[in-house]
Amino acid sequence: MLLVLVGLWVGQNVNMLPVAASSNAPLYDQLFTVLFVIGTILFLGILGLLLYSLIRFRRKEGDLGDGVAVEGNLQLEIFWTAVPAVVVLFVGIYSYDIYDRMGGMIPLSDPHAMHGGMAMESAATGPSDSMPPGMVMAANVPSAVEGAEVRTWGGIGGSPGSSSGALPVDVTALQFAFLFHYPEGDFISGELHVKAGQQVELRMEARDVIHAFWVPEFRLKQDVIPGQPTILTFTPTRAGSYPIVCAELCGPYHGGMRSTVVVHEPDAFDAWLDQNRPATVASAASGLSATG
Amino acid sequence: MTLALPPTASSAPPSLQPEGWLRYLSFSLDHKVIGLQYLVTGFIFYFIGGALAGMIRIELVSPMSDFLQRDTYNEVLTLHGTVMIFLWIVPVVNGAFGNYLIPFYVGARDMAFPRLNAVAFWLIPPAGILLIASYFIAGASQSGWTAYPPLSLTTPAAGQVVWILSVLLLGGSSIFGGINFIATVLKMRRPGLKMMQLPMYCWAMLGTSFLVVLATPVLAGTLVLLSFDILAHTGFFNPALGGNAVVYQHLFWFYSHPAVYIMVLPAFGLVSEILPVHARKPLFGYTTMVYSILGIVFLGLIVWAHHMFTSATPPWMRLFFTIATAFIAVPTGIKFFNWLATLWGGKIALNSAMLFSCAFIVHFVFGGITGVALAQVPFDIHVHDTYFVVAHFHYIVYGGTVFVVFASLYHWYPKFTGRMLNEDMGRLHFTLTFIGFNLCFAPQHWLGLNGMPRRVAEYDPQFTLVNQISSVGALLMAISTLPLLINVIWSAFRGPMAGDNPWNALTPEWLTSSPPPVENWKGPAPLVTHPYGYGVPEGQIDLKGASGKELWTSGS
Ligand SMILES: [Cu+2]
Ligand SMILES: [Cu+2]
Repeated sequence: MLLVLVGLWVGQNVNMLPVAASSNAPLYDQLFTVLFVIGTILFLGILGLLLYSLIRFRRKEGDLGDGVAVEGNLQLEIFWTAVPAVVVLFVGIYSYDIYDRMGGMIPLSDPHAMHGGMAMESAATGPSDSMPPGMVMAANVPSAVEGAEVRTWGGIGGSPGSSSGALPVDVTALQFAFLFHYPEGDFISGELHVKAGQQVELRMEARDVIHAFWVPEFRLKQDVIPGQPTILTFTPTRAGSYPIVCAELCGPYHGGMRSTVVVHEPDAFDAWLDQNRPATVASAASGLSATG
Repeated sequence: MTLALPPTASSAPPSLQPEGWLRYLSFSLDHKVIGLQYLVTGFIFYFIGGALAGMIRIELVSPMSDFLQRDTYNEVLTLHGTVMIFLWIVPVVNGAFGNYLIPFYVGARDMAFPRLNAVAFWLIPPAGILLIASYFIAGASQSGWTAYPPLSLTTPAAGQVVWILSVLLLGGSSIFGGINFIATVLKMRRPGLKMMQLPMYCWAMLGTSFLVVLATPVLAGTLVLLSFDILAHTGFFNPALGGNAVVYQHLFWFYSHPAVYIMVLPAFGLVSEILPVHARKPLFGYTTMVYSILGIVFLGLIVWAHHMFTSATPPWMRLFFTIATAFIAVPTGIKFFNWLATLWGGKIALNSAMLFSCAFIVHFVFGGITGVALAQVPFDIHVHDTYFVVAHFHYIVYGGTVFVVFASLYHWYPKFTGRMLNEDMGRLHFTLTFIGFNLCFAPQHWLGLNGMPRRVAEYDPQFTLVNQISSVGALLMAISTLPLLINVIWSAFRGPMAGDNPWNALTPEWLTSSPPPVENWKGPAPLVTHPYGYGVPEGQIDLKGASGKELWTSGS
């Protein structure tokens, strides 16, 4: 019991994560806390047991005898088969729930993707305009993606078209930078600027090798794979600047492939958008937009 | 000692086989010689791989890329991963201890296919030399040990092709070994010895070898296709030519997740041999141990896509692989609780072998807990490809397997050489390694959670201090090899004589001289039906009440 209390205390009071700046970050942090508490309890319990055994049952000087000849105990063995099974089942269901709330399971509504009881659960709630999750399913789904021939591969929370009012940004990942093209203003930026509270839809493409788009403060990561346009949606919630990191080894300057996402308050964002429209900065932006 | 052999037994081979230390440089067919060849070769590559790790940790002392050239850094991290996996851990826990111990355990005089065995070993030095030499000749591979295309198609081709060649040779060696172990365990058992009477390491090696034989050919095929893409400009994995880069990842991880078990299951087996001897108790729950090995083998084959949660896998796949992965915790948990129960009520000798084994339990439990967390898709999406993952798998393969290799060295050295290792030096080695390892890798969990990706030479300056702490840990680990080396070399000549059975153990390798004669036993092979028959009859200590309560509080 003491162990449980210690575990809970550690889970509540030891902060291992950066600030939470997107709508799915608090969900992630909930899951993290639960895993952290369970993990702490199990680890300290086993560590305690081990240390206790090593001290209590250590061989005394000159004692050459043996321990007791216990070869097994079926009840105990069943018990400790059950403990991890229950823990793992609980963690699995809980993390599934979290993932569903993040929007990760949406395409499961596709009838082809039936997969046990959990799929049924989301089939009831899932929208029908989900993205095609794979080759077989692609044909059945009335695709809402612009240019339906291009198969779009899902990231987390991606259901293109469904999110009206989302800010679309085309992301191009190449060695060794991310380029952000804003269709609304038709210009390219080296930094991602978004508005707090407004959903963002990143349409990502890689030019050369695999990169990964990661914003630790958003708890979001998506590989950007050549040949597989990918959509990632999220809602930033907290104004500020956060790092964008390339997380997939992509060559010599992989470590330097970093950028910044700036989450603006709504007014500031509009101002920033206006400022960067080609009308304002005609020469530079239009030159760049040719590559977008 | 060889004089005792009946002269009719094998009159031709002895004249061809060199005697004395030269045996170890020869194409020997003796499983014990081959085992030690694997062990020594493995340690040489361990020191090379360690030096490479040292270069990485020096580079990461500062947040700038200032110690190595950028592409050299990527070569170094690729070589580090490849050397440590394919030239150190896999050959040592499988080849070295497997070859040395399995024939003893099944009561055989050698492996099923001694010549294949020697071939399997002799593939390793050329493959290793080729890999290391590629750095000096054409520049080594720069795409990480995972060699994901299209990166591996665009980095310098020569290094990549040599890397593929070298891994193919090592994979071949591993397959030959696997076939040999399966045949030996299944077909070479001494008459009267039943499967369920075998020491646990035999079961571990049987399971591992099935994984090797099933999964390694897939890697080999994949790498051959990759080499076609590089050399012949085919487009299997090249999106620019209509290929698919994700297919490579599926095929790669179909081998490389089981590879984790190829590195870890034999360690489980070795620990199962060491703990009962030094705790003077039978191995707890033999039958469940066997079934949990089989369970791990089965589950290990169907979890590979947990490495690809961020690479555009369909959601149902994410769900399936999450559940399958997390369930590996069940058979693994059984093994750990059984080991704890083995210790409970024993008379535990706190020697180096035991200390390393117990540290293995601590590290592996920790790595297992972070592993279950990583199996959860939403958790993984944040920390995938970060230092959290680096920390996790080093807790598994270093804190787990390598600690077991050290424990095994202290346990079997007397058998290998006939002399004891120095205990004080052993404990010094343990203390330095334990502190260094945890100092090096525990902080990396935090780094990953807070935004440091893996395989980078430069990073956000806010991570400087923690990286420096980690590098100090790495330095301690480097220093910790000194007492080990001194101990091993000095004891080989000056250590006290061990006698046949210094630990008073019951498994068959101890029922012969140290080191054992060429065909293992001078007389007939002993029949050991109770390899863990330690202990005084039950009833002297009231065990059940106490242990049940204690375990209850830990599990709730
Ligand atoms: Cu990149
Ligand atoms: Cu894996």
